[in-house]
Amino acid sequence: MQSAATSTNNWTDDVHRVARGIRRRVLDHTIRNNGGYLSQACSSAETLATLYVRLMNLGPSVAPPVPPAFPGVPKAGRRAYTGAGYNGEHAPERDRLYFSAVHYALPLYATLIETGRMSEDGLRQFNQDGSTVEMIGAEHSPGLELTGGSLGQTLSQAGGIALARRLRGESGRQWVYMSDGEFQSGQTWEAVQALVYHRLDSIVAYVDVNGQQCDGKMTDVMTIEPLQSRLEAFGARVVSVDGHDPEQLAAPAEQAPDGRPTVVLAYTNPCQGMPLMEARRPKLHYVRFKDEAERTAFADMLRGMPR
Amino acid sequence: MEILSKVHARNLVSWAADKPEVVVLSADLTSSTEIDLFRDAYPARFFSMGMAEQNMMSFAGGLAREGVFPFVHTFAVFIYRRAYDQIADSIAYPNLPVRMFGFLPGVTTPGGASHQAIEDLSVMRSLPNMTVLEVGDATDVETLLDPVQAVEGPVYVRMLRGELPRLFPEDEPFRIGQARVLTRGTDLALLSSGICTEEALRAAAALESRGVSIQHLHVSTLKPFDDEAVAEAVSSARKGVITMENHTVLGGLGTATAELMAGLGVGRPLIRVGIQDEFLHGASRPHLMKEYGLDAAALVRAVETLLHQDLGIGEGDLAAVRLENVHSAAKAEAL
Repeated sequence: MQSAATSTNNWTDDVHRVARGIRRRVLDHTIRNNGGYLSQACSSAETLATLYVRLMNLGPSVAPPVPPAFPGVPKAGRRAYTGAGYNGEHAPERDRLYFSAVHYALPLYATLIETGRMSEDGLRQFNQDGSTVEMIGAEHSPGLELTGGSLGQTLSQAGGIALARRLRGESGRQWVYMSDGEFQSGQTWEAVQALVYHRLDSIVAYVDVNGQQCDGKMTDVMTIEPLQSRLEAFGARVVSVDGHDPEQLAAPAEQAPDGRPTVVLAYTNPCQGMPLMEARRPKLHYVRFKDEAERTAFADMLRGMPR
Repeated sequence: MEILSKVHARNLVSWAADKPEVVVLSADLTSSTEIDLFRDAYPARFFSMGMAEQNMMSFAGGLAREGVFPFVHTFAVFIYRRAYDQIADSIAYPNLPVRMFGFLPGVTTPGGASHQAIEDLSVMRSLPNMTVLEVGDATDVETLLDPVQAVEGPVYVRMLRGELPRLFPEDEPFRIGQARVLTRGTDLALLSSGICTEEALRAAAALESRGVSIQHLHVSTLKPFDDEAVAEAVSSARKGVITMENHTVLGGLGTATAELMAGLGVGRPLIRVGIQDEFLHGASRPHLMKEYGLDAAALVRAVETLLHQDLGIGEGDLAAVRLENVHSAAKAEAL
């Protein structure tokens, strides 16, 4: 595990190493299970790696390396269990991650493994009954602390937390990881206008703009562009970057807060690092191999991927 | 009868004086939901969220996770209809102590179907972890906040504003899970809630004069619905049970009572006075109560049905309606 304070001079090397690990682990998992959220790993790997390696001020994990069994849903007399411990102890000066794109849970778990926050044995529990390592992550899943699976709710919840932390005088920042599809939802825009109005500049949202959603290409479903100018018109500080370039990804977050929430639009390729994925366009949301030959081809690709 | 105005507005200011952890969220209905005095008294604890309820509810969940207690105020319909998904995932699932105050229940507004909350109790009762309350008078409103704040999880309060009667003694505070026993009797059990309790009281003298013996309870806790006094009342009523609510008969007090009676094996008739599975429209409260059969006369008809007799009670026997101008000066706006 690395943070801004402990990173080496070659932090971009670390980011690339973690990103390669994320792709390999998610691909390996997808081959073993004949299905997985593969394109999400392709698009998000550098962003998640940059967040964990370079940007977020997190303490070491305080959660068990192998995630515990699901303790049950929250109810009277049973406090909610969250997976926040994998991102370190909550502390006034520490940052927090609010993971909105919960269909990217598999790449997130892979990131936790690659950064030493979770055991690779933890991934064996993925989508197993009674496990917290759920396919679509919820607040009890490793690395998560909010329930956002409906999509469009996490940015608002993070806003409430940012406000509460400001009332307490805490200095930690709020990192939000979102998908571009969430900008089709009205609540996201309600959230942006509220963050701007209440000057919640501890929020930095990274958006995976991979142009893909469940039905296929976003431009065939409901276009959200021009996203940068729309967000700027709402009053946010917005930077568009190449989502596979760690230096570009890190630069906007290193600007001092200026009263505005920051949104980093990470433009990504949902097939990045896995050329075989190109043939599956435009349906990339969830990969299930068409036949054994395709599965074998992906397994061959995995063997050829650099470490 | 004593009539008070802006009860919640004044009470919230005094109650919150020593509670810095309590904040108020408003959705552009600040004076309409009686939080204007709070805003003026504690501007640093008042947050305007605009006409954007989905964000407001998720925001409230975020605040509540951090030990801040959000008191969300808007019209009830904008809470449970507009932001139901957000309440379910951002508040109810994690069992967070968000306090929702929903105004304009049922016939209390001439604002029409878009403003009249007729199925809020049904919707909110069906959410796990949710506590569901309804107030019926000024004393309920004045004494509600301590018990609400003692609840571990989220609370939805079906709230009243403006000019309110004081039906219950000031020294008998609102208690969660405890109905107020208004009269004791053996023929019938009458469970009324919200503004229907005041309406039922209008028929009390006439019914008593005809020798009808009624166990009348004012029920203010819709969930949990585990009050032993209610169970006792429905079990011991010889001729049957009447529920009376300013709400659809599907999912509110009438339904909860039916479920309770079925569970207890109480094999007596139940008449659910309430909105019979249809929308309201924009008109005055007295007009709507008469049109939809929520008034004292409707209660008398239900009693007659259960007793199989004509009690000979006419409009003149029912106490004078508490006349209330739709555009009363006590209201912030004509909604």
